[in-house]
Amino acid sequence: MVAFDHVTKRYSGSGEPAVSELTFTIPAGEICVLVGPSGSGKTTTMKMVNRLIEPTSGRVTIDGTDVMSLPAVDLRRRIGYVIQQVGLFPHLTVAENVAVVPRLLRWKEQRIRDRVDELLDLVGLDPATYRRRYPAELSGGERQRVGVVRAMAADPAVMLMDEPFGAVDPIRRDRLQNEFLRLQAKVRKTIVFVTHDVDEAIKMADRIAILQKGGILAQYDTPDAILAQPASEFVERFVGADRGLKRLSLGRVQDVPLIEPVIVHAGEPRGTARRRLEERGEIDYALLVDERRRPLGWIDRRDLAGDGPVDPAAATPGAPTLGPESTLRDALSAMLSSSVQLGVVVDERDAVIGLVSVDRIGEVLRAPVTAAPVS
Amino acid sequence: MPDEPLIRLDWIVDNLGEIGRRLGEHIVMTVIAVIIGFVISFALALLVRRYHSLAAPVLAASGVLYTVPSLALFALVLPFTGLSLLSAEIALVSYTVLILVRNVLTGLDSVPPDVSEAAVGMGFTASQRLWRIELPIALPVIVAGLRIATVTTIGLVTVTSLIGQGGLGYLIVTIGINQFFSTAIYVGAILSVALAIGADVALLRIQKALTPWARSRAG
Repeated sequence: MVAFDHVTKRYSGSGEPAVSELTFTIPAGEICVLVGPSGSGKTTTMKMVNRLIEPTSGRVTIDGTDVMSLPAVDLRRRIGYVIQQVGLFPHLTVAENVAVVPRLLRWKEQRIRDRVDELLDLVGLDPATYRRRYPAELSGGERQRVGVVRAMAADPAVMLMDEPFGAVDPIRRDRLQNEFLRLQAKVRKTIVFVTHDVDEAIKMADRIAILQKGGILAQYDTPDAILAQPASEFVERFVGADRGLKRLSLGRVQDVPLIEPVIVHAGEPRGTARRRLEERGEIDYALLVDERRRPLGWIDRRDLAGDGPVDPAAATPGAPTLGPESTLRDALSAMLSSSVQLGVVVDERDAVIGLVSVDRIGEVLRAPVTAAPVS
Repeated sequence: MPDEPLIRLDWIVDNLGEIGRRLGEHIVMTVIAVIIGFVISFALALLVRRYHSLAAPVLAASGVLYTVPSLALFALVLPFTGLSLLSAEIALVSYTVLILVRNVLTGLDSVPPDVSEAAVGMGFTASQRLWRIELPIALPVIVAGLRIATVTTIGLVTVTSLIGQGGLGYLIVTIGINQFFSTAIYVGAILSVALAIGADVALLRIQKALTPWARSRAG
């Protein structure tokens, strides 16, 4: 648990405080996103947790202990730290980068080695391949992953993340965000996450702290509550006029009851495929998949007429694929822009697990507001 | 001596001992100058990083001093230390310091700010940061400075023959020019050039071996 208690930061030589009388508590195991326009003190607020910046007055506590009562170096080794530019050490290999804090803490070599491999596995970087690479030999996304697991290496209870996905392109950012949420579901760290992007805040946060100029806390609540009931005109403007649509970002594909697809394989008799599609009635398209159940495209009912094998060339490619953790917003957007308005939901191996439709999403939205998790 | 050949091999063979001794002397003078110069430069660079107000005067002084002709510098130290190895080394070390201070500082400045920030945020102490992060990253630039300093010093050592030292300069000036004997000039000059090239290549190899990470920067 991280708590701010009447925290104010005033830089010498400037009249306006950077952070004013902040009081709020981040429950253990939650992601708290600090969001606000530039000059709202969000990064300053975050850096007061590991004493990169020290408060002028007030207290920041971790599990009740005032951070100012601990030696700064000890404190920082107990708190994970991820920054936008990643800051991997270019002269150290991936394994050595991840091992940095455990080494500072003088862990045994064998324990460090096991931990490094475990962490690389956790973010899908094969240790045998990546252990000995240097940061310059990694892609942007891989570097970002290494930066995240490096911060987790000594298993800190608290992590600080300063626009951790700010430097990657939107597609990769989305994937990294999803991956991180999946990871967080397993490790349950208490996370202070800074961003200037409202959409990212809504997607990542258990709770959002919206800050305004001068480091004043405008609202602190769950994303759903903030979107449903902005506390002030500033918050309303900051979250945007499309906050109704943004609530779509809070729902996940996995919250929607999936539709069972009609699966066909290349070369299978058209007659049996057609019969299965007719038995279902609800949908007009069969989904062509490969031998590992990965989607190849849609086959129209008409293309299943007559006899003979299913012709893969008749499939309409470009079925949008979605993960269970994709937001309803992304799902809807993908479906609206595709020829067949069904979204194909796939697992980590890209194998089909079901379909979503616009109607199904609509049903979820019309249902009463689901309470966001409160711990 | 009109019928004298440019290079007399018999003289070389007869004087191999003397040539070897001068070459050894040349190497020793260079190594002393570069090592002492490096230690002083390193200390100065750390001082400048500690007290930022020193940066401008140190860099300005090294810039101006570097433009003083080497001959004049040797002459300047003569009244204090005489025709001695000490005089020669004082001048040589001064030149290496002028070159190396800039390179050590540039090297330390080449550490990306995000890397330093990550190091602080992860709980490195100031000295751990310097030794484990900043210096290793600065190494390629520092070694580049060492290469320039070494090559420059090897050239300057020959000039110290004018104050009675000289290594290979003794062959060039005292035997060669003063006695109109071209063989000694060629031997001295060729060995000096070979030494400079050899030292440069050796340092580059060492740097490559120490910084395997810098090779794959393109990726």
